[in-house]
Amino acid sequence: MTCACENHSLDPIDLSLLDEVLLTYKDQPGNSIPLLQKTQELYGYLPRPALSRIARETGIDESKLFGVATFYAQFRMEPVGKHLISLCQGTACHVNGANLIEDAIKDELGIENGETTEDGLFTLSIVACLGCCSLAPVMMIGSETHAKLTPDNTKAILRSLRREG
Amino acid sequence: MRIVVGAGSCGYAAGAQKVIDRFQALHKPVELTGCVGMCHLEPIVDVYDDDQMYRFVHVQPDQVEQILEDLAESDLLIQAEDTTILEGQQRIVLRNCGVINPEKIEDYLAIGGYSAYEACQEMEPAEVIEIIKQSGLRGRGGAGFPTWFKLNAAMNSPGRPKTMVCNADEGDPGAFMDRSIMEGDPHAVIEGMLIGARVIGANEGIFYIRAEYPLAIHRMQLAIDQAKEHGLLDQVSLRIKAGAGAFVCGEETALIASLEGERGMPRLKPPFPAQKGYFGQPTNINNVETLANIPYIVRHGAEAFTRYGTDRSAGTKVFALTGKVKKGGLVEVPMGVPLRHVIYDIGGGIVDDREFKAVQMGGPSGGCIPKELLDTPVDYEHITQTGAIVGSGGMVVMDDTTCMVEMARFFLNFTCNESCGKCTYCRIGTKRMLEILDRITKGKGRPDDIELLEELCYKIKEGSLCGLGQTAPNPVLTTIRYFRDEYEAHIHDKKCPAKQCAELLTYTINDQCIGCTVCAKACPADAITGILKEKHSIDQSLCIKCGACYSRCRFEAITVN
Repeated sequence: MTCACENHSLDPIDLSLLDEVLLTYKDQPGNSIPLLQKTQELYGYLPRPALSRIARETGIDESKLFGVATFYAQFRMEPVGKHLISLCQGTACHVNGANLIEDAIKDELGIENGETTEDGLFTLSIVACLGCCSLAPVMMIGSETHAKLTPDNTKAILRSLRREG
Repeated sequence: MRIVVGAGSCGYAAGAQKVIDRFQALHKPVELTGCVGMCHLEPIVDVYDDDQMYRFVHVQPDQVEQILEDLAESDLLIQAEDTTILEGQQRIVLRNCGVINPEKIEDYLAIGGYSAYEACQEMEPAEVIEIIKQSGLRGRGGAGFPTWFKLNAAMNSPGRPKTMVCNADEGDPGAFMDRSIMEGDPHAVIEGMLIGARVIGANEGIFYIRAEYPLAIHRMQLAIDQAKEHGLLDQVSLRIKAGAGAFVCGEETALIASLEGERGMPRLKPPFPAQKGYFGQPTNINNVETLANIPYIVRHGAEAFTRYGTDRSAGTKVFALTGKVKKGGLVEVPMGVPLRHVIYDIGGGIVDDREFKAVQMGGPSGGCIPKELLDTPVDYEHITQTGAIVGSGGMVVMDDTTCMVEMARFFLNFTCNESCGKCTYCRIGTKRMLEILDRITKGKGRPDDIELLEELCYKIKEGSLCGLGQTAPNPVLTTIRYFRDEYEAHIHDKKCPAKQCAELLTYTINDQCIGCTVCAKACPADAITGILKEKHSIDQSLCIKCGACYSRCRFEAITVN
C-alpha cells in the first residue's frame, strides 16, 4: 500500500514498512511513544499517512498521536536533510561559546534552527544537552560527535561534508 | 599486555574509536571500559604490562605504535599533576567506572557483583529497607528525598502488581553523571533495581532513558540481556523505554504519564506513585545514581556509607564538573567537602587562571553560587541555603567573562521552552520573565525590571504544580541576590560588565593597530576601513558587534567597551 497524499514528501510513502512495527507494538500498553520512535527511525520523520495508519490499526485516536508527537522534542513532522546537525546549547557549551558556533553554522549554511538547506544536505537542530559537557562546545552530525568546536573548525567540518555530497 | 581504552560517550567524542581501530589494525586486542571521569584527557588508553599500569592521555591514532614501542618513555603518559584529580575523590558509585568492561557481566561478577542481590534473597524486605534507612541514602536525582521511605511506602502499598522504575531521563543541561554510570557500570544499576524490586515485591522494572544517550541505552540493554542469560531475571522482567526529549519527564508523575504513552504532563500528588503510579500500580521511582548506591550499601553495610558525608547528607555524590574549569569531568566526593575543594583541588582551578565568578549548581532548577561562598560545604542543606540546589549534580563553573544576566536568560529560555503548559504561571510567567531578561540583555531594560522579575519569581513558585515551575525562577533569584550590580549596570548604565551581551558593546581600534588588514577582511559587515600599514577604524553605524575583528586581531588593537 502506498500513498502520496499532500506535499509531505516528494516520494510516495511506503506504508508497508510499518507492518513489523505495528505487529511488535500494537498490543503493548503505553505503546504510542515507541510506535512513533520506530516510525521515525524508518522514515526519518513522522509522515502524516503513517500516523493515520497507526491510528487506524491500533485504535489510538489520531489526535492523541499527533498530540504526543508534538509534545516531545524528538519527533519531527517534516523530512530532514542528509546530515542532521544537533548543536548542543547545554549550560557548559553555552558558557564555552556555543552561540558563536550557532552563528557560524547559520552563516555557513544560511539556515535557521529547524530548517533544511535547499540542497537537502543539512538540517540544523539545536538541542539542550548531549552530555559531553567536558568537551564543550559540542555538536553531533548524524551519530558522530564533534568536540571542542571553534567557529573556524565548525565551518571546515561542514565544508568537507558538503564536498562529499 | 592488556590494552584498555576509555569508551564512554566522552571518549568516543574525543576520537576513541579511531584509536581502537588502530590497535586492532596492529592485531592488538583492545578491551573497553567506561568513563574514568577525566573527560578533558580523553582519549585515554591504559596498558597493563608486567603488573604495571601505564595510563596514556590525549592519544591520537598515529601515536599508537609509538606508545607500544616504549611504554615507560612515552610523552603521552599522564602527568603527575593530572593524577591528583582522582586522589581528591572518594568513589562509591563510580567505583567500577573506567575499571571494568561494562559490556561483560563476567567482569562485574568477578568483583562481587550481584552478591548483594543474592544476599537479599535470604533477607526479609524490611531488613533490607532498614539497612538503607540506616545508611541515610537520599534520592540523587535532585529532591534528596529519603530512599528508604519511598521503598517502604511502595512495599506497604496493597495493590498488585507493582513496578520499579529507574529515572534515567537526565535532562539538566550540564549534567552527565547518570549517562556515565550507565555506560561505565550498567550492572550496578540493574542490581540496585533488582534489590528494589525484591523489596517492594515488583515483578517488572522499567528503565526510562533519554533517547539522546544511545550508548547508555545500548550498554544497559546488553547488560539486561546478560543478566537474563545468567538467570538473574527469573523473578523480575526488565526493559528499557527510550525517552523522547522532554525535560519535564524528569518529574516522576510526568515520567509515569510518558511511560503510559501520554504527553508528559505532571499531575497532583497525592496519590503518590508508591500508591498509584504506572497504570495505577504501586510504583517506586529512583534515579540512576541512587540505584547504583544500593548494592554497595547492602553488601558493605550502612556504616560503609555513613563513614562519608555529613549527618543529614550521608555518603558521596557524583558531580559533573564543567564550564571554565581546567580539569572538567566526573567527580565523586564525600558530601560536605567545600566547593573550593571540588573546583580548585580536583578541578585544578579556572581556565587561563582567570578569576572565578560563580558556579551554577542544580541546572535550570538551581542557582549560581558566588565566590564569597566558595567555602560552602557541598551537602543538601548548605547548598539549599545559598539559593541553589545540589540537584542531580551539574556543576558549571563560570569566570569573569560570563554575564550573569545572560546566564539567567539562558536558563529561563530553557524552562520556558520545556514548560509543559499545564499551569498558567509556569507557562506564561516564564515567558514574561524571558521577555524581560531579553530586553535587559539588549540594553532596553526598564528601571523597575528587577522588582518585576522578583514578583514574577515568587508568583511562579507559588502557582506551579510541579518542580519545574516551582524551581524555574531560582537561576534568576540567585543572580539577582548575588549579582544585582550586574543587572543594574545593564538596566541603568546600558553596560555589560562581563562584556558578553553583544548589543551593549562597542568595538573600537586603538593605537596598537599596525594596519595588517586582517580585521577588515574578517568583518562580515564591511564596517572596518583603513589603508595597509595604517591604523584602521570601525564605522559604528555599520558594526554588527559580532566580535570577528576582536577574535582575529593579534595585536590587541581592538578595544571592547
